[in-house]
Amino acid sequence: MIKKLLIANRGEIALRIIRACRELGIQTVAIYSQADTDSLHVSLADEAYCVGPYQSEKSYLNIPAIISVALTTGADAIHPGYGFMSERADFVEICNDHNLTFIGPSVKSIREMGDKANARSTMKAHGVPITPGTDLLKDAESAMKFIKKHGYPVIIKATAGGGGKGMRIAHNDRELKEMFTICQTEAQNAFGNPDVYIEKFIENPRHIEIQVIADKYGKVRYFPERDCSIQRRHQKLLEESPSSVISGSIRKAMGEAAVKVVKAIHYEGVGTVEFLLDKNNKFYFMEMNTRLQVEHGVSEMVTGIDIVQEQIKIASGEKISFSQKDVILNGHAIECRINAEDTEKDFRPTPGEIEGYIIPGGFGVRVDSHAYTGYKIPPYYDSMIGKLICWGKTREDARRRMLRALEEYLILGVKTTIDFHKKILSHDKFIKGTFDTSFIEKYFSEAKAKK
Amino acid sequence: MSFNIEYIEKLVKLLEESSLSEIMLQDGEQVIEMRKPDGTVSACHSGGSLASSVQSTVLQAQQVQEESTEEKEAPKTSKTITSPMVGTFYSSSTPGGKPFVQVGDTVSTGQVVCIIEAMKLMNEIESEVSGKITKICIEDGQPVEYGQILMYVE
Repeated sequence: MIKKLLIANRGEIALRIIRACRELGIQTVAIYSQADTDSLHVSLADEAYCVGPYQSEKSYLNIPAIISVALTTGADAIHPGYGFMSERADFVEICNDHNLTFIGPSVKSIREMGDKANARSTMKAHGVPITPGTDLLKDAESAMKFIKKHGYPVIIKATAGGGGKGMRIAHNDRELKEMFTICQTEAQNAFGNPDVYIEKFIENPRHIEIQVIADKYGKVRYFPERDCSIQRRHQKLLEESPSSVISGSIRKAMGEAAVKVVKAIHYEGVGTVEFLLDKNNKFYFMEMNTRLQVEHGVSEMVTGIDIVQEQIKIASGEKISFSQKDVILNGHAIECRINAEDTEKDFRPTPGEIEGYIIPGGFGVRVDSHAYTGYKIPPYYDSMIGKLICWGKTREDARRRMLRALEEYLILGVKTTIDFHKKILSHDKFIKGTFDTSFIEKYFSEAKAKK
Repeated sequence: MSFNIEYIEKLVKLLEESSLSEIMLQDGEQVIEMRKPDGTVSACHSGGSLASSVQSTVLQAQQVQEESTEEKEAPKTSKTITSPMVGTFYSSSTPGGKPFVQVGDTVSTGQVVCIIEAMKLMNEIESEVSGKITKICIEDGQPVEYGQILMYVE
């Protein structure tokens, strides 16, 4: 079993990992930038080392500093959390070179799934439905054959892309020609790789994802789906499990498809297979995230399984501690991401000092947050203050409990998304469960938000 | 890391230009050891022994830190030499050897005051201030972090 773990991250996820380590009896080493000296994860870890000034590249992305701390403290493993180093194959290689166990998949898995075109063809080869699309294309002309067969609209995507970059939608030939070269250039600049391909664009889909976990012995388990359709500019705001539109049979089909591929590529660790669900309830593979995700807690609440503990145990070489039969969907959980943002000013981040902080509590309420009264939110990193997750026996129970908890949640001194979430949860479409990824745009445009 | 001729030339230059008397690098089964003609042969700082002594040095570090903040506030005219990186502090170039500087010594800007070792590479730390050393805050072999105060200079 791993004895000492270095957490190469910050904020709420660093806290989450430290908690799991405490419970497993593993010593913890925290790293932090000078801007995070007063952060909670720094004081809760057994040891903490400042690795650089506030800039991410000089601290949380500073590979020599991170490795140096690991070696100096005698850590035997590094957990990357999400973001930062979590999907950097080069970092994994360096960990391997120094005999440090990386809590995550192999270099090969990260590269395979990180390359979108490659991931699609792997899925296709294993019979997982993918959105109709092409291989890498040289120019807009070579897309014409596909367009003739499948029509518009299409989305042009960079194979090395992510975070919405190198992606454009085209509705006709003229747009296709224009957007094609724009994408190639953007991709070259952002990722150093101009290769693009096109996919049939599914209008207003739902975003449904399947959490998977795999050990070193070929055993894979899947969790009930998470519905992450409530997004603003491709950033998730609210997630829930299960989805209000997925039947038991579709759940099983998606889960088994995800497991099939994970097994075939010999994936180890936790990961999430993301699908798009169209208006006809057909699902298509979108991409795979080869890391722990922000919203993993939602799945923990409806299954009672501690995903981070399992992740660390698997990395230590243990077998998954439960069978697929043990993954029982119990009730419903919703997560609201509480960000320090001004929802009336285009969601502008509002760093600053939290002058008053009271978290909600009670049955079925979970708060994963690194904030506290007097905490100064630094302006250099993401704006997430914490995650509020509520469980209920039914979806309606969970929704009401979340509204109740949001009423109690007090954060003074900075603007937050708490009130915005109350509006989402009170919206007719949300209550009915009839929404898709266009929900926020349709019903919460900037003008409406000011009301 | 491959030990080709360009890399070795760089190492030779590094050794010649520094006040180090010895460099040892290991990459898997490949090892390079370089020594200056008048340097004494000594045991290299190996990663293995460091790991086992870290627990006690970390505890010592915490005690030293507590003592130094309890004792007094640093005099307002004091300048500091802070660590520009994460690693292990060594006061001399060889274990048990003569320290680069001691309390009471006068240092000038650019003068090497200690070594911080990270991933088996010895990094000479140059002072960015000049004056007299009034306090050395770190013990030989102690881990240091970015921004940590190494010495006070007046």
